[in-house]
Amino acid sequence: MAGANELQMNDYENIAGEIRRDVLNMIYRAKAPHIGSSFSIVELLVALYFRCLSVSPDRPQDENRDIFILSKGHGCPALYSTLAHRGFFSPSVLNGFGVDGGTLELHPTRDVEAGIEVSTGSLGHGLSIGAGMALAAKYDRSKRKAFALLSDGELNEGSVWEAALFAAHHKLDNLIAIVDYNKIQALGKTQEVVSLEPLAGKWRSFGWEVEEIDGHNFEQIISTLERVPFQQQKPSAIVAHTVKGKGVSFMENELLWHYRCPDEAEYRRALQELS
Amino acid sequence: MRSTAIKTLEKHCATDSSIFLLTADLGYRIFDRFRNAYPDRFINVGVAEANMIGIAAGLALSGKNVYCYSIVPFLTMRCFEQIRVDLCYQNLNVKMVGVGGGLSYALEGMTHHAIEDISILRSLPNMTVVVPGDALEVEAIMNEAATYNGPVYIRLGKDGCPQVHRTMPDLKIGKGIVIKEGGGLSIIANGTMLHTAKIVSDTLASRGLSVTLISMHTVKPLDGELIKECARNSRAIFTIEEHSIIGGLGSAVAEVLAESSYAGLFRRIAIPDAYGRDIGRVEYLREKHGLAPEAIINDILRDYKQC
Repeated sequence: MAGANELQMNDYENIAGEIRRDVLNMIYRAKAPHIGSSFSIVELLVALYFRCLSVSPDRPQDENRDIFILSKGHGCPALYSTLAHRGFFSPSVLNGFGVDGGTLELHPTRDVEAGIEVSTGSLGHGLSIGAGMALAAKYDRSKRKAFALLSDGELNEGSVWEAALFAAHHKLDNLIAIVDYNKIQALGKTQEVVSLEPLAGKWRSFGWEVEEIDGHNFEQIISTLERVPFQQQKPSAIVAHTVKGKGVSFMENELLWHYRCPDEAEYRRALQELS
Repeated sequence: MRSTAIKTLEKHCATDSSIFLLTADLGYRIFDRFRNAYPDRFINVGVAEANMIGIAAGLALSGKNVYCYSIVPFLTMRCFEQIRVDLCYQNLNVKMVGVGGGLSYALEGMTHHAIEDISILRSLPNMTVVVPGDALEVEAIMNEAATYNGPVYIRLGKDGCPQVHRTMPDLKIGKGIVIKEGGGLSIIANGTMLHTAKIVSDTLASRGLSVTLISMHTVKPLDGELIKECARNSRAIFTIEEHSIIGGLGSAVAEVLAESSYAGLFRRIAIPDAYGRDIGRVEYLREKHGLAPEAIINDILRDYKQC
């Protein structure tokens, strides 16, 4: 899609709708899990790739491009569709998601030409890698920023907090952590599994500058992303309050849709809601 | 060994501005010079090995030539999955320099002993595993590693390991070194056991046996051709290593021999599959594990007489 910078808010909404339909189709065809985790990050991805990230499918190897790391790799159906819409690869590639001899796995493998910067799928890796890339950018005096999108369940991993300490200590204001705070992890509500609250306060106490936003509101997402770093010499954390399964009424805020793949009737109902 | 490694790295830093050195808060004083010379490229990440590997991956993805340093179990086992996914799956240019191979940190106890590392690391695709046998091999390997693109695990002993080579060996990663060429009895050793293996082979030679001694400093990719050549010329092959008997050099050599037509004797001399409870300095622990020169000589003579 050309002229990404000239898009209006309703264009973003339309793209988000198309991505959700792609995600539904990919997951239904592949009988794959994680539809709820993919739906909760669609607006964040659209705002990043169509507005805020300095990336271009024409120059995927540009040394100064921004880096996006989907640390919650299981949400990759949404990333794949976003990259296809942004022109990193043909939409037909999405047909090879999760099939024998296919093109795309259920967790992303690094392919810079296709816009996939880092292999993820095991939680708790992305923020450290982002910190390493942010550190290299500082050393190289590059304006590059590194963004890592983490799940809330992922914050159970100790390595996330090792990286959080490190980034603040090294004043990596070119590193941005975005938390997809949909409040449901694999086996239950985050509040009931291992409580994260006060979540913004935790990041703050680790030396990060934090903002909380509605992760489905484009105006909020964009105005927030356009202000990073929130403070010079400090890494930025965005706690994005989201809804697991966002966009399909019977999937929203339901633990079931972390793993469940829709059957035919559910698929048709979902498609109708997304049309 | 480790001061040689750091000195050699320092030398490469002067000409390669992409080199970064990370440590997880270990290596007291040995980095002082490096740190003064290259303050921007020396990073103590703190006691956080998993984060260290992730940071290293991020630096490598940005075109840096990265070295990570710690004591072996913390460097390789605490963060094994980061090594697997971030470094090996993505095939990144990160060298892991581990100090304290085998029983080197003897009195520190089991937490600091490194007896399973080679086994687990050589199972990782894309990973290269090198185990230098003296300071000259360390220097040669650090020279090779500087321009070697991909993940490498370099397993060191401690400082004060005795010299085996008199002059700088012609060392290539993946090619074993024939230290002494002999006849029907071959000894393949590496790392902190290379010097012991030299004593053993000299002693056996003085008793009239014709011994071949090989430094198999690279366990992966293993020099299968050299092992097969050795098999053609030997009636008995012994491996000696300071590692568990499961999965290390002995196992790697056994894998080659088992798929060859070798019909001679083969024995692995290594640490038994157990966590020892003995307390003592490294020589004492080696003796307890049957790795002292006298014990090895007796084992070899006993087995060799049967073949």
